[in-house]
Amino acid sequence: MTQKNRLDVNKSANKSSGRINVNKPISFRYGGKPYAGYEGDTVASALLANGVDIIGRSFKYSRPRGIVAAGAEEPNAILQMGATEATQVPNVRATQQELFEGLECKATNGWPNEDFDLMSYVGKVGGNVMSPGFYYKTFMYPQSMWKTYEKVIRKAAGFGRSPQENDPDIYDHIHRHCDVLIVGAGPAGLAAAAAAAQTGARVIIADEQAEFGGSLLHSTELIDAEKVQVWVDKIVAQLNNAPNVVCLSRSTVNGYHDHNFLTIHERRTDHIADFIAEAPKKTIRQRMHRVRAKTVLLATGAHERPLVFGNNDVPGSMLASAVSTYIHRYAVVPGKSLVLMTTNDYAYQTAIDWFYTGRKVVAVVDARANPQGQRVHQARELGITVIAGSAVIDVSGNHRVSGVKVASIDKSGEKITGEIKPLVCDTIASSGGWSPAVHLSCHTGSKPVWDEKILGFVPGKTIQKQLTAGGINGCYRLKACLQEGYQRGCKAATDAGFQQMPQPSFNDVIDVDEEPAMALFHIPHTEPTSRAPKQFVDLQNDVTAAGIEMATREGFESIEHVKRYTALGFGTDQGKLGNINGMAITAKSLNKSIPETGTTIFRPNYTPITFGAIAGRHCGELFDPKRYTAMHQWHEKNGALFEDVGQWKRPWYFPKTGETMQQALDRECLATRKSVGILDASTLGKIDIQGKDAREFLGRVYTNAWAKLAVGKCRYGLMCGEDGMVFDDGVTSCLGENHFLMTTTTGGAARVLEWLELYHQTEWSDMEVYFNSVTDHWATATISGPNSRQLLAELTNDIDLDKDNFKFMDWCEGTVAGVPARVYRISFTGELSFEINVQANYGMFVWEKLIEHGEKFNITPYGTETMHILRAEKGFIIAGQDTDGSVHPYDLNMGWAVSANKTFSFIGKRGMAREDCVRPNRKQLVGLKTNDPKQVIPEGSQAVNDPNQPLPMDMQGHITSSYWSANLGHSIAMGYIKGGINRMGEKVYYPQADGSVIEAEICSTIFLDPKGERQNV
Amino acid sequence: MFYIYCPYCEEHREEEEFHVVGQAHIDRPLDPDSLSDAEWAKYLYMRKNTRGLYQEQWLHAIGCRKFFNMTRDTVTYEIKETYKVGEQPTVV
Repeated sequence: MTQKNRLDVNKSANKSSGRINVNKPISFRYGGKPYAGYEGDTVASALLANGVDIIGRSFKYSRPRGIVAAGAEEPNAILQMGATEATQVPNVRATQQELFEGLECKATNGWPNEDFDLMSYVGKVGGNVMSPGFYYKTFMYPQSMWKTYEKVIRKAAGFGRSPQENDPDIYDHIHRHCDVLIVGAGPAGLAAAAAAAQTGARVIIADEQAEFGGSLLHSTELIDAEKVQVWVDKIVAQLNNAPNVVCLSRSTVNGYHDHNFLTIHERRTDHIADFIAEAPKKTIRQRMHRVRAKTVLLATGAHERPLVFGNNDVPGSMLASAVSTYIHRYAVVPGKSLVLMTTNDYAYQTAIDWFYTGRKVVAVVDARANPQGQRVHQARELGITVIAGSAVIDVSGNHRVSGVKVASIDKSGEKITGEIKPLVCDTIASSGGWSPAVHLSCHTGSKPVWDEKILGFVPGKTIQKQLTAGGINGCYRLKACLQEGYQRGCKAATDAGFQQMPQPSFNDVIDVDEEPAMALFHIPHTEPTSRAPKQFVDLQNDVTAAGIEMATREGFESIEHVKRYTALGFGTDQGKLGNINGMAITAKSLNKSIPETGTTIFRPNYTPITFGAIAGRHCGELFDPKRYTAMHQWHEKNGALFEDVGQWKRPWYFPKTGETMQQALDRECLATRKSVGILDASTLGKIDIQGKDAREFLGRVYTNAWAKLAVGKCRYGLMCGEDGMVFDDGVTSCLGENHFLMTTTTGGAARVLEWLELYHQTEWSDMEVYFNSVTDHWATATISGPNSRQLLAELTNDIDLDKDNFKFMDWCEGTVAGVPARVYRISFTGELSFEINVQANYGMFVWEKLIEHGEKFNITPYGTETMHILRAEKGFIIAGQDTDGSVHPYDLNMGWAVSANKTFSFIGKRGMAREDCVRPNRKQLVGLKTNDPKQVIPEGSQAVNDPNQPLPMDMQGHITSSYWSANLGHSIAMGYIKGGINRMGEKVYYPQADGSVIEAEICSTIFLDPKGERQNV
Repeated sequence: MFYIYCPYCEEHREEEEFHVVGQAHIDRPLDPDSLSDAEWAKYLYMRKNTRGLYQEQWLHAIGCRKFFNMTRDTVTYEIKETYKVGEQPTVV
């Protein structure tokens, strides 16, 4: 296809090809078809050059849509990009995507395709078939069918899709600090940066476009008697050479967060290729800059407001300034004959620009009765017809504009006053004035304020150290923009602590005189709005003026409700074009002023951002730290399967070839109780506690007594919250008179340390006690089973292992395999056990020695699952599995671990004495033995007294731990039963999802060795 | 994201280093056992949900591990001051 709309540079009046390089042609594919463009083009400018009118189908009515804008505000030209499955990117605005060789893209809307769309027939059948709230009203009932409706609706609507393969690119984050962050590199931003840079302040200036300049890139104005582009090049060169300035192009400041924290989304290779596979060109694709700025200067400019008239969505209907941008920046004229509809002087420039391309300007339709501004005269002098006091009320054409209907309107713009005249044209450009791009200023909660003078919202009060300059303040003329940019640039630097007064970067700018614009947000029609042709307010969401009026008629009065009911301002463009018109129409139909109606809230992000940029390097291996014990490699080598416990990788069980999980567990359980098993217990939290008040402190945070624990002894303790509920448990040993080692659950270590610090720092700061985490300092091998003493005896010659000298709940220091060790005779299995702690670097050595010497005892490594079974056989709880924050020690039948004799009211004491904590029918932890010994009750099963009771059944409690016990030859379970401790021997029933019922008898939680003889040998 | 001045480190640090703990200046009763259930519940559960200036406790978790207090405007998120445990707010 030829580029029929590309200007022949040599023939056009200004002989400029704008910012494209006609010597570098580029081929690309859109919708599977090949097209040509030039370096410097966006996909949008290239498609317009090729005469592509339809770029997608609308969201609800499936009407054909074309390119409307030239920047971030584009509502229609949303593309799916990517040449391969892995490089698919949805939500790409054609107006912002630079062209590169081999680019592949397609329309995201339209099924089977955007030129012929089935759904469009739905859109055509009667005007109000799909009114606001259509989906709510139509597809609500029956509810069960929603999933079916949804599939069809999603297929017909929807904006693009995510890739189904892993993203092959690299993304990262960079943290930055600066004195002045300038957002936007148009005239105000550049003037500000030039000023601030001179003061020595560290400046970051970011702009979403490929090159700096903003509106100056397509302007025909002059600065210091030269083309504005000359000034832009000069300032950009200065900034690039300044060591204190970081210039970020292709970088959208997407979010303005609390305390001047801003996120910038930089696209570093999106303009080069779909995917760069190889070095040296391969690099970070996108980068998120996380910036903390002393002062922020927003110079984000403004978006032109389209006018709302009948069929204003037909392809060929564009923003006036976008037309000028395409002409000057890309040497593209997006049509043959133009009608311009305006409410202001500035837009006349578009007609003038179009005229100079040599194509036809049919007329300028001006809503104002008697426009006399400088640009108006200039247009008239060129012979352009100006139809004043009139408006375009309707557009004809289906796949492209074929003409417009013009009628005179009254002064207030509310009524048609004259006959309708048709005009033939293929392009209708419109301008309803400008809306400041206040989005970022709203992100931190500041409410924008209506300014009647500029007919737009400007940034409101904020607590951020934020300044604004240029278009965002409604300051639109070049000279004023530059001056304001300079002043605010100086102020930003001063606010950040820099005193030097810089020179302005410009001297002489001559502005064009302009007359006031007319406030016109909704062009009237001869028919009432509800019967007039569709007048689109929000193109991306197919919200019409009639839809908004209907929403207010149906009682939606808050602008936030109108937004949600009609979808005004939803979608990927966040209503950049439509919001102000929509709010004005809402206000008018509620008989309120625009300030009374207010705005909806803009939230981050300003434009869509890829998940890759958000994730940065925090994915795959780097998503979360993994913690490994010193013996991890041994576990791996010996076939362990692992379980995540917090960040720790713990061996789960060690299957042998051909074994099922249950077979492996049975073997590990039997071998431990029969001879000796070995467990890596290094992950248990370990907190070293020292100080003269350490003992008293323990007494306050544990429920039991610590006053008499002698050096060399260990004790189990329960830790409760102030509400009396158990939150952690563990064994603490007395290392010295003022020195203790506390162990916590693996997952609870950090929380317990924080808990101890909280009470020490904020409640009992007069106590002399110090806490230090030593979890990683020690490696722990636990040997358990009747042969564990014999095994340990082979590896130590300085520890007296005699049963009367080294008793249960004692610890002692010595060497194991020649390595200094602390050995604790404590047991979580109920067997004779020794926990051998050595400095972590020796962990593997000692472990291997234990394995080597244990061979003759058939030493069996076991993991967390066997540990769980063995402890459940003994009725030992696991905090977090058998407790859930709602049970106190008495509920656990562990009243023995609560001391009544302590003078200090320890944490939890008052809590567990509350009325609700002492009532008799609380859920209590009991053992459960199934009728059928082979049946294992699924964990989480709910107990009932009578399985035949009609619904709703009387729930008694649930199962927390349940296993097959190979040692006992039957299943074992622990669970909660209301008043269970006094219901021993009673039957309860566990109805299952499949309709079956498991019958069980309430029993003690201690299934094996109730007298504890096995550990006391 | 907040930028928080730790009164112990005497530096501004990123919010990622901190945990918020809850309302500040809730003292543990000296004699819990003498309190009625209602009085105990008040200490345990009743917290303000202030619109405006609010004193809250923070922890410099990935830093000096110290707890400290902050006066913060819950509407604007402006931090008026941070101060050490045991000290009183100057902005109320």
